[in-house]
Amino acid sequence: MVFLEFEKPLEKLYEQLEKIKQVEEEGIVDVSDTIKELENKIKNTRKEIYASLTGWQRVQLSRHPERPYTLYYINQMCRKFVELHGDRYFKDDTAIVGGLANLDGQSVVIIGHQKGVNTKMRQFRNFGMANPEGYRKALRLMKLAERFDFPVITLIDTPGAFPGLEAEERGQAEAIARNLFEMAQLKVPIVCVIIGEGASGGAIGIGLGDRVYMLENTWYSVISPESCSSILWHSWDYKERAADALKLTAEDMFNAGLIDGIIKEPTGGAHAIPDEMAKLLKRQIKKALAEVQEMPPDERIDARINKYAAMGVYERITPNPVE
Amino acid sequence: MGWFKRLKDGIQTATRNKKEAPEGLWYKCKECKETSTMKELKENFYKCPFCNHHVRIGSQDYFGLLFDGNFEELFGDLVSTDALEFVDLKPYPQRLEEAYRKTGLKDAISVAKGKVNKRPLVVAAMDFSFIGGSMGSVVGEKISLSIDHCVEEGIPLLIISKSGGARMMEASFSLMQMAKTAAKLTRLARARIPYFSLLTDPTTGGVTASYAMLGDINFSEPGALIGFAGPRVIKETIKKDLPEGFQTAEFLLEHGFLDFIVDRKDLKDRMSDLLAIFDSKSAAASAGS
Ligand SMILES: [Zn+2]
Repeated sequence: MVFLEFEKPLEKLYEQLEKIKQVEEEGIVDVSDTIKELENKIKNTRKEIYASLTGWQRVQLSRHPERPYTLYYINQMCRKFVELHGDRYFKDDTAIVGGLANLDGQSVVIIGHQKGVNTKMRQFRNFGMANPEGYRKALRLMKLAERFDFPVITLIDTPGAFPGLEAEERGQAEAIARNLFEMAQLKVPIVCVIIGEGASGGAIGIGLGDRVYMLENTWYSVISPESCSSILWHSWDYKERAADALKLTAEDMFNAGLIDGIIKEPTGGAHAIPDEMAKLLKRQIKKALAEVQEMPPDERIDARINKYAAMGVYERITPNPVE
Repeated sequence: MGWFKRLKDGIQTATRNKKEAPEGLWYKCKECKETSTMKELKENFYKCPFCNHHVRIGSQDYFGLLFDGNFEELFGDLVSTDALEFVDLKPYPQRLEEAYRKTGLKDAISVAKGKVNKRPLVVAAMDFSFIGGSMGSVVGEKISLSIDHCVEEGIPLLIISKSGGARMMEASFSLMQMAKTAAKLTRLARARIPYFSLLTDPTTGGVTASYAMLGDINFSEPGALIGFAGPRVIKETIKKDLPEGFQTAEFLLEHGFLDFIVDRKDLKDRMSDLLAIFDSKSAAASAGS
């Protein structure tokens, strides 16, 4: 088990529990009551900790090394997933996966950022940081979905689009911009869910949809708290404050009207009970699809564009009198 | 009004190579280090008379370069609000106040409608001097309103980008402006109204990754920095020096992301040619007359 900084009280309780379980194995003393008591204490402590998490704590949870990633959810939610590779122009980007799947009898295209589960795989997946070919593969699959009238589901989990030399050469910005433009007018329903990190252009590059949700312990913003701290505070030490200032949690985003809902995570986070999380995720995706599939495509596209057109806060001032 | 206009009144003599020239009378080229007067610079389309370096200019300067005399400013009543109560080293409202005072502008984009060699055009031009040309809700909304206006009136749109990217102090709202502007551009496309995107020095981040890269025609000025990630971030990522000319307009042209690069002295003529070509109905009419 991996304990985050703010989970330290839990770690101690788990250590105690381990020791007592060893005593129980020796079979000399009956410690079952103590074990029960400890297990209760763990449950309550976890509830207490998770009842009021700060922005930065949720950022840490969104990056938890045991957190489930896109392929886990796809395999839990769908039967017959056929992964499709390549953008047909340059190469296959391993930081974004996608393919055809069967979601309770409904054919869908599912696309998502993929992070690696161990050191070697993290490298292989480029830490979930896609190159232009990743966004172009995603678009190719969305166009495939459109042609065969399959809804599109995207799962977002990236620390950002890859800021590399070759990514620039191949047009990282154009790839993301093109996806936004095409997703805005895609004829089939699009449901997006932030399942981990939603960092800026790299996230929204597959994140424009009829419905956008965030898992409870994820973040979505224009910049990571670390980079924000570095740029605005000229130091890496203000990440907690930056996380608060950015209002990047699911709750903040929902209150700002920028996402359509929050998907609750099991106490302890998505990684605590991953299969339970997958069920909750699937339930919300199916509910959202049912809502938006009813609409005629033209109306759905109009509603989608209007939703984004309404995002923003500004004031109108009285113009100055003519000088 | 930009600093050029304010300074013009103060111009007296043209003595070259004067060190630490008072701000406003002189222009010392950051490329070739030669000094020229502001008057010479302005007469040369704000380009260095020695090395042709295209100096960063503001929205009003571009309006002056492009339009036949008069133009009408649109949506000038929109200003930013501090919806997130964002405080870093300074509160966001204070940053806004400072930007208002420094630039005389209301935000990082100004929109105007006028004529380019008698053909109507809506120009939305960004100002780098206003919080780094950052895109927040006002920038997104003004672009959105410009698109509506162009669709209603059947007028082509030119967006002149010049931006460090999204405005961090508007956090997620600024991120959503990428989706908002790209989504609205589909309506311009559906109405078959041409959208010209001029990417000027510098255009990076969320602006490049949304409307700036989505022109029917994408073009730039010589030497402009254009990219998604900033050069510093890329350097830190790859831990190598960046090649000469990386992320310049010329680099983007070579890699297929720009249609052409135009010298600022030819900007108006080029726009005029394009408008004439796209405006085939009236072009045919005048050919027949
Ligand atoms: Zn020069």
